[in-house]
Amino acid sequence: MDAIQKNLLKEIAGLHDVPTGAYNIRSNGGAAGRRSTANIEIVSKTDKPGIDIIVKPGTKNESVHIPVIISESGLKDLVYNDFYIGEGADVVIIAGCGIHNCGDQESAHDGIHTFHIEKNAKVKYVEKHYGEGDGNGENVMNPTTVIELGENAYMRMDTLQIRGIDSTVRVTKARLAAGAKLDIKENIMTHGNQHATTDFTVDLDGENSAAHVVSRSVAKDKSRQLFKSDVHGNNLCTGHTECDAIIMDEAKVDAIPALECNNVNASLIHEAAIGKIAGEQIIKLQTLGLTEKEAEEQIINGFLK
Amino acid sequence: MLELQHVSYVAPDDGKEILSDVNLTIDDKFVAITGPNGGGKSTLAKVIAGIYPVSKGKILLDGADITALSITERAKAGVSFAFQQPVRFKGITVKDLVTLAAGKKITTAEVCTYLSEVGLCAREYVNREVNASLSGGELKRIEIAMTMARGTKLSIFDEPEAGIDLWSFSNLISVFRKMREKIGGNIIIISHQERILNIADKVIVIAGGKVTAEGSKEEILPALYADAAKEAACSVLMSKVEDK
Repeated sequence: MDAIQKNLLKEIAGLHDVPTGAYNIRSNGGAAGRRSTANIEIVSKTDKPGIDIIVKPGTKNESVHIPVIISESGLKDLVYNDFYIGEGADVVIIAGCGIHNCGDQESAHDGIHTFHIEKNAKVKYVEKHYGEGDGNGENVMNPTTVIELGENAYMRMDTLQIRGIDSTVRVTKARLAAGAKLDIKENIMTHGNQHATTDFTVDLDGENSAAHVVSRSVAKDKSRQLFKSDVHGNNLCTGHTECDAIIMDEAKVDAIPALECNNVNASLIHEAAIGKIAGEQIIKLQTLGLTEKEAEEQIINGFLK
Repeated sequence: MLELQHVSYVAPDDGKEILSDVNLTIDDKFVAITGPNGGGKSTLAKVIAGIYPVSKGKILLDGADITALSITERAKAGVSFAFQQPVRFKGITVKDLVTLAAGKKITTAEVCTYLSEVGLCAREYVNREVNASLSGGELKRIEIAMTMARGTKLSIFDEPEAGIDLWSFSNLISVFRKMREKIGGNIIIISHQERILNIADKVIVIAGGKVTAEGSKEEILPALYADAAKEAACSVLMSKVEDK
């Protein structure tokens, strides 16, 4: 791997070198390294690009890294990754995509991730998106995440997109069985002329299922963001979605939340707040000796933490 | 030492003069500012901190003219201001804020020392977000801890007792007593509380945008309480008249 690829790997996965545990590194549309472990098997798909990640039932405290890096300008990469998490397993999965585009053509990565999480299994899934490059080519990422949570299964999904992605459409679809729980935390910051759309659909099918979706975003310059969420309460369940956005400069943010209660015992809540940084927050930090710009940075850093 | 020379402040929205020709010299360690609601006390604090620009007059800190300085520049010059209504921040922790106030990297143990001094169990608070989950009283104490961490030559507290429960109030008094002993500069406290006024070296009364009295607590307080008693008696009588 060259220095550019190593830097991308550091940004998206916090990795300086090959990770411990199972991993699959995809670089410029091809495999750059893979390791399966006794409990986690990674195999290539035969019918389409992508991999199957198979976690044996009962696997505990293991991790899987599956970073994707693109440093060739103009590369359009489409990949299907399927995760099969066995009953009672407890694993951390770190995905992420870094694009370095120094050319004039659009570079794109579209990842379709499907999680089949069996009964009583627990997954923490972390996904970071990062783009850089000094060319005029756009960096595009369109991740789709499909989540099937079995009985009493749990998934926590943290997504982060802070810099360098010109256009993104993130689609997340989840279906929860009885007692299953889903926690999603999304952090996005857009600047320049960037566009970001996030679209969540959650079906709370099982009794006592629960979903909690929190999106925090900052839109700067002339960037545009669209937040859509659609939660269906089909049983005794609780659903909570929250969209909290800071808007700056000439940016625009739309929030379109939808709740659909199909059962008298479903309890669904949506909260949305979009606005500029409160003047009193800036003033307070100024009275501590920060400049207006430093104060803004601190407020945004905290907000997206 | 803080000096205000012929300071006036006119509210930009309605043109009303809220402070008019205020002249003050603050060189005592612990100065309490009191007076009726709406008399201009909080405005005076904001004018000193640079949040409101003066319409006329001059402000001097240790002889240096700070009138034209911004909020940030005044903070760096040595002015601290604890808000009457502390501000909440999503995602920023108590430790973050106290560290920003200190203006340098400080250890968690140091942050905890400040929190303990204002009567907060440090372990429970140090990593909490300064958001809506904290009560008004908790926020007020964090605000005071931040001012202590800054340790500047001038500290202004706008009604620190507001929102603090009775039990914590005794603690608050001891916090200010301690601060008074330690601090090398001046403390200004805007307050209505007799117990705070009682530990002041000097009491200033502001009403109708003007300084109406100034002196030691022995000189000022008896007259102040007599006036307050008169007003209270008057309102009792008035209500009786109205009842009939």
